[in-house]
Formats: sequence, C-alpha cells, structure tokens
Amino acid sequence: MIEIDDITKIYGETAVVDRVSLVIDPGTICVIVGTSGSGKTTLMRMINKLVDQTSGAIRIDGEDIAGIPAYELRRRIGYAIQGHGLFPHRTVGQNIATVPKLLGWDKAKIADRVEELLTLFQLDPAQYRDRLPNELSGGQQQRVGVARALAAKPNILLMDEPYGALDPVIRAKAQEDLLAVQRQFETTIVLVTHDMEEAIHLGTKIAVMDKGKLLQHDVPQQIIANPSTPFVAELIGSAERPFRLLSLGKVADHIEPGEVAGTPLDAGVSLRDAYAELLWSGRPALPVTRDGKVIGQVTLAQLARLAARPQ
Amino acid sequence: MRIGLLIRLIVLVVLLVFLIHPDTFAGFFALFAKAGQPPIYNQGSLLDITLNHLAIVLTATVASTIIAVGLAILVTRPFGAEFLPLSRSLANVGQTFPPVAVLALAVPVLGFGTAPTLVALFLYGLLPIFENTLTGLTNLPPAVTDAAKGVGMTGWQRLLKVELPLALPVILSGIRLSTVISLATATIGSTVAARTLGEVIIAGLTANNTAFVLQGGLIVGVLAVLIYDALSALERFLMARTGQLGRAAA
Repeated sequence: MIEIDDITKIYGETAVVDRVSLVIDPGTICVIVGTSGSGKTTLMRMINKLVDQTSGAIRIDGEDIAGIPAYELRRRIGYAIQGHGLFPHRTVGQNIATVPKLLGWDKAKIADRVEELLTLFQLDPAQYRDRLPNELSGGQQQRVGVARALAAKPNILLMDEPYGALDPVIRAKAQEDLLAVQRQFETTIVLVTHDMEEAIHLGTKIAVMDKGKLLQHDVPQQIIANPSTPFVAELIGSAERPFRLLSLGKVADHIEPGEVAGTPLDAGVSLRDAYAELLWSGRPALPVTRDGKVIGQVTLAQLARLAARPQ
Repeated sequence: MRIGLLIRLIVLVVLLVFLIHPDTFAGFFALFAKAGQPPIYNQGSLLDITLNHLAIVLTATVASTIIAVGLAILVTRPFGAEFLPLSRSLANVGQTFPPVAVLALAVPVLGFGTAPTLVALFLYGLLPIFENTLTGLTNLPPAVTDAAKGVGMTGWQRLLKVELPLALPVILSGIRLSTVISLATATIGSTVAARTLGEVIIAGLTANNTAFVLQGGLIVGVLAVLIYDALSALERFLMARTGQLGRAAA
C-alpha cells in the first residue's frame, strides 16, 4: 500500500504538486492522468525519491520513505520510463539483470530470472539475451525496459508514460501484456499518462491531476459518470462518454438468451467493440460465442441502455 | 577500408625500415643534401630518438589524461559543481599559454632536459581531454541517466557502470587530439635539450641540411597520422561496442 499524505513540491514560487493525498491499494493499478505540467510525473517521482518533496510524507506499507536511503528504496521499486532508458552498452540480459546484480543475487539465480522474464515477455532468451538494445525494435526495447523494472520482483512498479513512443498496435499489445503480468504477480502499479483512453483501459483507479492539484481519484466508472470538475469532464471528452463507459464492460456479463443470425461475437470482447460491430452489421442483435459455442445473444437495445448515464 | 588498411601497413613498414636501417634511404635523401653533406642524420640513432620522443609524448599524455579526466569527473559530481568554472579556466590557460613560453619559464626551475618539455606538453594536453570528458559526461541520453538513478545505482555505480563507459569514445577523441598536438609540439623540446625528433630538425636547420629537416619532419608527420588513425579506429570500435554508433550518426 502506498500512502501519499498531504504532499507538496515547490519549485521556485510555484507548487508543482500541491497538497496531494492519495492512497493506492496493494495489487491495484493507479493511473495518474493529466496534461503536461500538471505535476503527475513529479508526484510519481517522489515515490522513489527521484524528487524530494517540499512537505508531506509518503509511506509504503506503513513505512515512511524519508527514513530509507534513496538507492535502497529504488532497488525495491520497479521503474520503467518512456523511451525505455535501457543502457545502450549493455546486452538485453545485462540490462534486465541490473537490479538483481545491485542486490547481490548469485549468478545462477540472476540467469534464471533473466530467462524467465524474457520468456514472459515473448522474447526468445537464446536469440535476444546477448543482443544490444539498439538491435531491437521499439516494442521489444519497451518490453525489455519493463522486464528490467520487474527483475527483482518488486511489489511496486512505477511507469512514466511507458507506451508514449509506441505505435497504436504495439501499444495495445503492450497494455494487454502489462495487465496479464500485473494479474499474475499482483504488483501495485502507478502509471503516469496523458492519455485518458489508456487510463480507463488500465486503471483500477484513476487520479486526475491539473496544475499540481489532485482533482479526482476514483474508479473509471465514477470518473466517467460523475466528473468532479469541468476539467475532468473535458479530459474524458463529453462526446466520448458513452463509449468509454461501454469500454469498461465485457460482453460476457450482458448476454441475453436467444438465437439470432449474423457473425458471432466472442464473449471476451468489450461492450464498445460489440456495439461497433452491431452498428456496422446493421443488425439489432448478434450471437455470442464462448470457446466456439453459441451461448446467447447481445442486443443493440441492451447496449444502448448500458451506455446511458448511470443514475 | 581494406585498401586504407593496406596503405597504413605499408607506411608503417617503410617507417620501421627507415628507423632501423636509415641508410637504405640514403639515395633518396641525398637529393636534398648539398654536396659533401651527410644525407642521413649522423649524430645519434634515429630509432632511439624516435622512441624517446614517443616516450615523452606518452608520459605527458597519460599525465594529462589522469588529471583532466579526474577533474572533469570531479566537477560533474554534485559536490564539485561549483568548481566547474574554475577548472574550465585553468585548462583554458594551459591551452592559451604558448608551449615555448612554458619552456622558457620552466627551464630556470627545472633545468635543461626532458622535464620542462614534459611540463609544457602536460599543460598543453589538458584542455582537449578535459573539454571532451565534460561533453561526454554531460551529454548522456537523459532517459539513460534517469534510469540509472531509478534502478537504484549509487553515485559511484552510475559513474563507473554507466556514465564513463558511455562517455569513453568522446573522452578518447580528446586524448587523440591531445596526443597528436603533443607529438608535433614535442619537437620544440629540443631547444631546451630534450631528446626529441626536434633535434634532427634543428641540426638540419643549423647545418643548412634540408635532408635532416625532412627526416625529422617526416617521422613526426607519419607517426602523427598513424597514431591518429589507430585511435580513431579504436573510437569507432568502442562506439559500436557501447551500442552508440546509431546515436553518433543520428
């Protein structure tokens, strides 16, 4: 659990982060979203002491981080950034091994961990372990960056616009990978982004920041349905609201009995994708399948109700 | 590349043959000597003089490197930042001071011989290495230095494992400049009786023997070109080894 308690950071005259309090539950993903200059990155960087706060306190599992030496704290917290920040003179394997080596793990254990992580991120160890980062594609570099951040099995992972430099297709894949890894290890993730779409997709909770202040910290449904200020509403985009709301649900949870004709949808797709498919096919309903078997139908009328503003 | 390498090898072999058996080239240099003058330098072994010349340059450059790199590391640490302007002007003074003036000032203190030459070359060599080390250490990709901090490296670990290895090619190019300058400047050391190739040139000038001047000058020139090339090649190798070739080209 990360407790951010009334934290302020002042540069010169301006409060870049202004009296922010935030509790991030263990095993959840907290996405801090805001425009550039909102203080979101500064807030995140105070968690691993890359920035020292002017006032306030941060506690990790109850322990005030002020009492932990910065380098020791950082070895306990994974850190992945935009543009990956891989060490260009070290191989992929050496990059991933950075923190375990700093912690003094023995060689065999490090080698096993590197192999495990490369496999987890779908990079064949034999093929990629000894390559230099500049011999990898952007998406691969980004995966190695996250693998390095996770190497010493940290409970907390900080990510600063990790997907900013990736094209949309690779970004979507990277996001799915992250969600899978997060579910597997139950890592607490704090992710900074300016992209509300990404925030809604990844966040267990979303923290919206503007001009150093925390405007709202809530689950995506609430952020979409009840934005606390006009700025939050603007970030979400009023025209996008129904679709964003739909994107949070899965077809599996809204299947109605009945059999209809048409190209079947898989139960795992999001309601938004299902809605798009219904509109595109021009039908009022489509069959839903799970593992190839038809298990019911999803209707346009039902989705339209779900997309309406929650009462 | 292949042909370039071949030419360099041939030049090196010709130089070595000349240094070991200078008389082989007597016919060629006789073209530049007046009648009755010896065509080949005869007041000492050219090989010995060359080795001594190289030793002086090497000693001075190693000393410059240690001090300049040390200073640059110091002033790029948080605790040394306030010394940055001071050390910069110090190295600049070393560069603007003409080596001849350093020699003139050093002789009364250190006497004639190798010592004043070493001091002059040492001072003269500081600036290129210092400036390049500063550039190398301060122009690292920000994401990489941020990551080095973020993974929990201490200040020294960042310096030794990330900053210096990545700055090495740039530092080396400073050392290369400094070496080549020293190689040429060392010749004036002979005016205060240091044993360098300047001796051969001076002997030629005083005896009005163009062949001697040519010999001294050619050896220094060829050495400079060969050493410059070798160090450049080493730099390129290091750039590739540290995965920065793309960065340099971009």
